[in-house]
Amino acid sequence: MNTEDIKVCVLRVGGTNCDAETQRAFTELGAKAEVIQVSDMIKKRNLLDYNVLVFPGGFSYGDYVRSGVIFARHLSANLGKEIRQFVDEGRPLLGICNGFQILVEYGLLPGFSGISEFPEATLTTNEPAGFKCKWVYLKQENRGKCAFTSAIPAGKTIQLPIAHGEGRLLFPKEKEQALLKKIIDQDMLVFRYCTKDGETAEGKYPDNPNGSFHDIAGICNPEGNIFGLMPHPERAMYWWQQPTWTRENQMLKYGDGKLIFQSIINKLTKTNH
Amino acid sequence: MNADLIVQRENSQVLEFKIAKATKAQLQEINSELALGFSAEELSIIQAYFIKEKRNPTDIELQTISQSWSEHCCHKTFKGKIQLNGKEISSLFKTYLAKATKEINAPWCFSVFEDNAGIVKFDKGYGIAAKVETHNHPSAVEPFGGAATGVGGVIRDILGVWADPIACTDVLGFGPLDYDYNKLPNGVKHPKYIYRGVTAGISAYGNNMGIPTVNGAIYFDDSYTGNVVVYCGCIGLLPLNKYVRSGKVGDYVVLSGGKTGRDGIHGVTFASAELTEKSEEISRPAVQIADPIEEEKVKRAVVGIRDAGLGSGITDIGGGGLSSAVGETAERFGSGVAVDLEKVHLKHEGLSPWEIYLSESQERMLMTIPPENLEQVMAIFEKEDVHAVAIGRLIPERRLRLSYKGELVSDIDMAFLFSTCEITKTATLEQAKLIEPDFPEPQNLTQTLLDLLAAPNIASKEAVIRTYDHEVKGNTLLKPLQGDYAGPNDAAVLKPVDVSNKGLVISCGMNPNYGKIDAYWMAASAIDEAIRNNLAVGGRRIAILDNFTWGNPEKSERLGSLVRACEACYDVATNFRTPFISGKDSLYNESPLGPVTPTLLITAIGIIPDINKTVSVDLKAAGNLIYIVGDTYSELGGSEYYKLKGFLGASVPKLNASKARKSYYNLTKAMGEGIVKSCHDLSEGGLAVAAAEMAFASGLGLELDLQKVPAKNVSRDDFMLFSESNSRFLIEVAPEDQKLFEELMGKYSKPIGKVTKEQKLIIKGLSGKAVIDASIDKLRYSWKKTLNPKEDIQ
Repeated sequence: MNTEDIKVCVLRVGGTNCDAETQRAFTELGAKAEVIQVSDMIKKRNLLDYNVLVFPGGFSYGDYVRSGVIFARHLSANLGKEIRQFVDEGRPLLGICNGFQILVEYGLLPGFSGISEFPEATLTTNEPAGFKCKWVYLKQENRGKCAFTSAIPAGKTIQLPIAHGEGRLLFPKEKEQALLKKIIDQDMLVFRYCTKDGETAEGKYPDNPNGSFHDIAGICNPEGNIFGLMPHPERAMYWWQQPTWTRENQMLKYGDGKLIFQSIINKLTKTNH
Repeated sequence: MNADLIVQRENSQVLEFKIAKATKAQLQEINSELALGFSAEELSIIQAYFIKEKRNPTDIELQTISQSWSEHCCHKTFKGKIQLNGKEISSLFKTYLAKATKEINAPWCFSVFEDNAGIVKFDKGYGIAAKVETHNHPSAVEPFGGAATGVGGVIRDILGVWADPIACTDVLGFGPLDYDYNKLPNGVKHPKYIYRGVTAGISAYGNNMGIPTVNGAIYFDDSYTGNVVVYCGCIGLLPLNKYVRSGKVGDYVVLSGGKTGRDGIHGVTFASAELTEKSEEISRPAVQIADPIEEEKVKRAVVGIRDAGLGSGITDIGGGGLSSAVGETAERFGSGVAVDLEKVHLKHEGLSPWEIYLSESQERMLMTIPPENLEQVMAIFEKEDVHAVAIGRLIPERRLRLSYKGELVSDIDMAFLFSTCEITKTATLEQAKLIEPDFPEPQNLTQTLLDLLAAPNIASKEAVIRTYDHEVKGNTLLKPLQGDYAGPNDAAVLKPVDVSNKGLVISCGMNPNYGKIDAYWMAASAIDEAIRNNLAVGGRRIAILDNFTWGNPEKSERLGSLVRACEACYDVATNFRTPFISGKDSLYNESPLGPVTPTLLITAIGIIPDINKTVSVDLKAAGNLIYIVGDTYSELGGSEYYKLKGFLGASVPKLNASKARKSYYNLTKAMGEGIVKSCHDLSEGGLAVAAAEMAFASGLGLELDLQKVPAKNVSRDDFMLFSESNSRFLIEVAPEDQKLFEELMGKYSKPIGKVTKEQKLIIKGLSGKAVIDASIDKLRYSWKKTLNPKEDIQ
């Protein structure tokens, strides 16, 4: 498939607010990206016309209950069948920040054995508590399963911004070691918070900005087509978005966030879908 | 109230008042019972009007007139007459602020002072809209809700000129966080409570709506203990060819957004009165409830209607609720208006018509829509899940006609409703009796510098800034905090238009402490500081916004200082050719603890022709040269240094604006050449604090020499280090650019030292001996420790 044939659906609802920059990131790389209101999708369109689905960041429905839960329920009630088919066919689904929270609340991630009826993990209140907007370092830990990181070599450190109050990934305490083993064994671990030099944060603030278990910032499902992360790659697309670009003499055209969008486009252009 | 004055209409929720024959005392009784806030003079004008109309006024009519004539809506003080020393000023607004803009006559001003927000041209057919609001009174009573609705309100001001909000700013003033609880009078909340609530409210609204909060300031002053200062600003972007303001008779008046409830009734009357012990009890209902997600949806609908070209006029529903928005819309289009209040979508039953009309429920917009477009407009609202309804139409008769359940409840002459404001107030000038302190120079100036960096007004506000999402929308090119060390950039820069390489620069300036000495120089300094901050990152072609927070203008000396500040606004703006494009005043900031210290906020909006030329605060490379621009004077009155020593002083920093203009012109040329590696303006804490900030933002050191600093009559090292003289910058230049930089700057810059690899700030004093010698880690720690939690101090 050619890049310009890739149709990306950036799905939004009241309270979604990172849709435009997410669309821009895909458009910049040549894909056809549309922002679609969820009610439009339900009434007038077919999700299966799209090759990539994105849940962008924001505060869907105000997140007045647990973050992401209302939108997740709304989606499973109204588009459940289409979403199941979409992911069963191995089509890529990306959740950024609130989108990641939606994926977890929906049961799409971690998705140890397909879509789960109840959430298997949670993204809860940061430790230390509070909304935080800052740039963090991430270590790419995926060995090749994740469709969204193929352009980032394992072990590479990248820099992306976070902006969330509820980003601490937790599993049920009694199962967390067993689940971690599963995540590693099945190559579901993608990004871990780390220091500038690429040493994993080992739970230490501020390198781990939210107290996330095992410094996890992003994971994928066992099949690798569903990927969720708390940091915002769409805010690290261009050179001028980088936090220290004024220190550099020579800037590359793009920031690290581009690698994530490029990865999925590479993947799709190499397959026959 | 005397029952004889009231007539209950049959089968109606409307009351009439028999004012034709009422005595002055009876009029006053109606006035206070309905909380109308009229003066005696206004009451008799109203009496005469209804005698002429040969009928009784209804409650909704009296309330409408009250809203329309309140200080908050019609700015009696800024538009009225003022007597000062036998001279009459016909209007502060026209005499100083608007006059400056008119004389400057900048071709890039698109719409100034006319709308909810000022608009300047940007690039590629786009314009930038800007507005800053005050939300002091509500924030004093309910900090979270007051601040959140302040943000929501100013965002609607931007929507009210068809612009898409792209950034927020916030400048806040609090009492000292360690204020003694025992000294708090009843009804005044502790500064720490207000600080937490206000900052949380701002972050909640901006973050939820997805608008980055990119610039601001937090200032602490004793007088803010009883009078919290909350300035909320918003910047918007619009294609200028989509800006319409052409409503005409027959157009529908469409109300959209949140439901209308009893929240926020009499907000404007409240805002135009002093705060008292009873404010909480009486005015709590005047604080509205915020719902940012509703506004996010409204925003999408507004932008959709704009892009499809379906509207003919728009305004936000803010202070005064529908009563202001409906009347002003008809007034603007030279028509009358007929509205059926029964059509308004209510939160709950039981509101009387006047409550529906005055409610300040949030997240509502008012549009005029030509009949042929109504259906399409409704479809857009429906798609965005926003409630909207046509509540009335513009009519040819110049009347304000309101009906409710088939009954005419208001029928007032528009000309009468919008006549007024011809009020004369008296101002006096009081010379503050101040003395210049006399104290020995401290032995250990390094320690003094560490103490100054830790002073609340200088200390890092990182803990608050990081709770605001300043990256959302992905257009923040220069962040409020720079790099890994989170150094303080002078301004934020956005890249708002994908197809344009121009940057938008947002900065501010505020020097309330100087106002305790002289309001004129306070205002002059605030303008200079806002412009300096803008220039420091590469900004130019600057437009400014004024926001006054003052005490009760009925008190003549408060009004006198307001006049002085306005004089400075005119003098300095015309000199710098920086037009005022929008402004707002909040007066009556008085509490049981006394009046607010006069506080003028200047917000500056500039552009950078090429974003590559943006300059950040952090030093770039060892071996580079450091220059200072501007002269240092022995004028430390109102400075943070004097404050640290427990003094106010009398020698307030002055401004030589015509000299500053020339040096700024040259600096802009150097910026345009791309040879300024880093730049920082000198403000609170002077040269030493600015140098420390540049160093610890970077991980590099500095060696400076005070003997090389151009100064007039400064004989002490501490004054050289900490003087806050205006119009000064520190600038880093690479050795290979030295010649070109010096040529461009001419006599306006002097080299005073260099960047070092060793991570230390060393400043040699006037005697040649080092008077400051500190590691940058220690300096940074001191700067961060005051207001940030331990785990965030690295």
